[in-house]
Amino acid sequence: MTLDITQCLLDRGEQPRDLSDYQSGMPRWCDGCGDNAILTAMQRLCRDNDLAPERTVFVSGIGCSSRLPHYMKTYGFHGLHGRALPIAEGVKMSRPDLTVFVSTGDGDCLSIGAAHWIHAIRYNMDLTVLLHDNRIYGLTKKQVSPTSPLGTKSNTTPKGSYLDALNPLSVTLGVANVSFVAQVVDWIPEVLYQVLSAAYQHKGLSFVRIIQRCPEFMPGFFDPYLQDPSRTMLLTHENGLTLSPDIARTYRNQRAHDPRDLAAARDVASLEDPIPVGILYHDPDAARYEELRHAGALRTADQVRRGLDAELDKFTIWPERG
Amino acid sequence: MSTETIREADAATAAKRVTRLEEHIVEIISDSGEGAQRCGQSFAAIAAKSGNGIWTVEIIPAEIQPPARSIAGASGNRIRLGSKRITNGGDEVDLAVAFNEQVLIGRVRAGELKPGATILLERMWRDDRDPRIAKSYVEAVDELVAAGYRVLEIPMEKECRKLVVDPRRGKNMFVLGMLCSIYSFDLERGREQIAITFGKKDRKVIESNVKLLEAGWAWAEENLDFKYDIPGIPAGEAQVVMNGNTALALGVLASGMEICAMYPITPATSASHYLSEIFERVGGIVHQAEDEIAAANFAIGASYAGKCAVTITSGPGYSLKQEALGLAVMAEIPLVVVNVQRGGPSTGQPTKPEQGDLLSVIFGSHGDAPKVVLAVDGIEDCFYAMITARKIAETFNTVVVVLSDASLATAQQPFARPTFSEEWLVPPVDQSEIASGRSPYDWDPLTGLFRRFIPGQPGGMHTVTGLAHDRASHVAYDHKSNEEGLRNRSMKIAALQRTLRTPEVHGDPDGDLLVIGWGSTRGAIEEAVDRLRADGQRVSSLHVRFIQPMPSGIGDIMKRFRRVMTVESNWSDRVGDAVVDDENRRYAALAMLLRARYLVDVDCWTEVSGRPLKPARIAEALRAQLAKEVAR
Repeated sequence: MTLDITQCLLDRGEQPRDLSDYQSGMPRWCDGCGDNAILTAMQRLCRDNDLAPERTVFVSGIGCSSRLPHYMKTYGFHGLHGRALPIAEGVKMSRPDLTVFVSTGDGDCLSIGAAHWIHAIRYNMDLTVLLHDNRIYGLTKKQVSPTSPLGTKSNTTPKGSYLDALNPLSVTLGVANVSFVAQVVDWIPEVLYQVLSAAYQHKGLSFVRIIQRCPEFMPGFFDPYLQDPSRTMLLTHENGLTLSPDIARTYRNQRAHDPRDLAAARDVASLEDPIPVGILYHDPDAARYEELRHAGALRTADQVRRGLDAELDKFTIWPERG
Repeated sequence: MSTETIREADAATAAKRVTRLEEHIVEIISDSGEGAQRCGQSFAAIAAKSGNGIWTVEIIPAEIQPPARSIAGASGNRIRLGSKRITNGGDEVDLAVAFNEQVLIGRVRAGELKPGATILLERMWRDDRDPRIAKSYVEAVDELVAAGYRVLEIPMEKECRKLVVDPRRGKNMFVLGMLCSIYSFDLERGREQIAITFGKKDRKVIESNVKLLEAGWAWAEENLDFKYDIPGIPAGEAQVVMNGNTALALGVLASGMEICAMYPITPATSASHYLSEIFERVGGIVHQAEDEIAAANFAIGASYAGKCAVTITSGPGYSLKQEALGLAVMAEIPLVVVNVQRGGPSTGQPTKPEQGDLLSVIFGSHGDAPKVVLAVDGIEDCFYAMITARKIAETFNTVVVVLSDASLATAQQPFARPTFSEEWLVPPVDQSEIASGRSPYDWDPLTGLFRRFIPGQPGGMHTVTGLAHDRASHVAYDHKSNEEGLRNRSMKIAALQRTLRTPEVHGDPDGDLLVIGWGSTRGAIEEAVDRLRADGQRVSSLHVRFIQPMPSGIGDIMKRFRRVMTVESNWSDRVGDAVVDDENRRYAALAMLLRARYLVDVDCWTEVSGRPLKPARIAEALRAQLAKEVAR
């Protein structure tokens, strides 16, 4: 496994990268789609942290959200519906030296990939997971998702959906070894960026639910929230979000919340309206699976030879000396 | 065959008859947890060290703790030992040791005992306090004697009680001592074996087991009037004795692969168990994923970012992985998948062997998803196939499926101890800069091959995708790009085929009948062919290891025989069934592939009995086929 220190040093000496070093192709998302805001924030984040594009991997599943890697000039893996997380875990286990981001949608992560979501939280590998949650299936043209509100009319629920929405924050906060949970909305870019930065800085799996607009299939759904800032509740704390004066002036509905407090985080997670925005939970000390498994350990041919020979000895019948 | 019931005193004075044999099949069966498995394995190891050829077959009940004394609960080991190399489990048992009559009845009913076979039966049940048990025992013994078996009632528990408090644990070593006496093995080898088996435990444990061994030996020496001698030829070079799954795990280690992602499933899991024990010492990782799908995708992610990874599974798990394998084919990411086949479909027969997955492995995953399929043909091949598979996967950027099955998983056989070669390993992950102007899919126009870009390589940034894509790995829906991808992914398989050697014919290069097989059945098929050839029949066999692509030259070989048939352990319609005719008959998997490729009227004989194919059954089928030819 590789850790090329020389290359890292060389990278440092180069000109700082600009946004174009992370941009690839022309996004094909709809006008007004929240994915655009997420992409912009991620490109900014890569630039501001001067991430080496060749050491950065964006992994995604299937859905509108999962096109994101194609628009990053980094390595990318646009995988299977629901399976972004196990692919990303494999990448990280094989190459802990790489920075790995995961883009996944509400259908991708919370429905078809639900098993992987729960277990990824528990593995707590160092991945930054962006849950692009527009509360509807977009790429397949409007079907309810697990986060669609009760009564959502869609092509598979023409009379309105039958069940209450699943709350991804509450579920995530119920999983053992959870280490970072946050929620943001696509229409407050400054906070989106700040939370994504904190998620990136966290060592462990950071799970960020990004509530985003789908102008095509959920048109106007979030308008009441955009029009009335009091329906967004910002979580503030010295260990969490610190608000700029502009944001603090616009969004006056604020609540002090210590992200180290799991019980309080679970309370906050259960709130739907106003939408809580900020870092709900952060435990920097949770065990990381790739560390426990000594991912990236160096191995030599001699080590393999010795390991193999020691094992073969246990099964060997040596010729009799005579 | 004589029938007798031995009492301790009766035989004491009897003179020993020593019968020299070419080979024998021994079975040791008990309730699960009574140690018949360990006894069998130890006996096999002693035989192998004494220079005998051996092949062992585990007898495994489907349940973890089946009720005691139940017909379906037999747990134990079959050992076929002989003067020459043994390549399969053989036909029926010559000598059975049973810890109770119920497990024995199960084996008798399954037709596993040779007519007149010798049975060494624990006699304690005759005097059981529960009159129903005593009655059942007496009835069973009477029935077995009436059926012509030579039943010897042995006071195993009574004898062991003289040495240990709990004879239920330890009876197996008493039996081992008896078997050492019966088969004229050096008792010292038995002592050595106990030291190896219980090496990790207290010295007292070893001593007590050695006492039991010696007691079993002494009892047999005093009370039994027969002995066998199967002369062995000690090997001139170092041999290893292990089962197929152990060999698979060691093959993974030796191949230079570093990550194995798996989910527990029978009968594949024991390979991962062993790998979990040894892999970390050489820097490897076994990841038990949350499910089979995750295991496959984890392995794909690991392969994508570094060295080729492996996922190990059995039928139902393989079905779940199919979508992921299609992704690896589409994105051209190397991956090794092991499928230790079991009875299917659905949950089927988890502990029983079957060759039922070939077609789903070759054609599985939707769309055109060409991959390499390699079927191991023995225990030794379980080791080397992993090294070959890893190499092919990485050279051709493709999925390589290695097919084994439940019979190889647990069967043991000696083979030459492998000598490590650095060439088996993978070079370090390429992190060099990619020259400008190169594309992630620079398909070679002749072979479809390309050098993939690995994260960390400056200048190689691109996004791999399961969507149709062009050379730049950009999503491309135009027909040209789509066809270019399909063509190159398929062409790689043809390019690999050009490097494969034609398999060798077992027997004469021409004749009346060619039998083609694949996988674990090699030894049994070749033994059946040898029996027919010894009778003057013009029969030969061919065993295919690479099934996709299939090496060249097989068509030419088939032409030299009047008739070709496959012998497989998967379902094929029986010609005698009223609704089955030439137009609707479903052929065995390999037969179907051969018929389609070579336009040859390949017949097939298959048996799906949940146990390894027996040479005698195959020989019978081949004779029937030859008779059919004569009748034509």
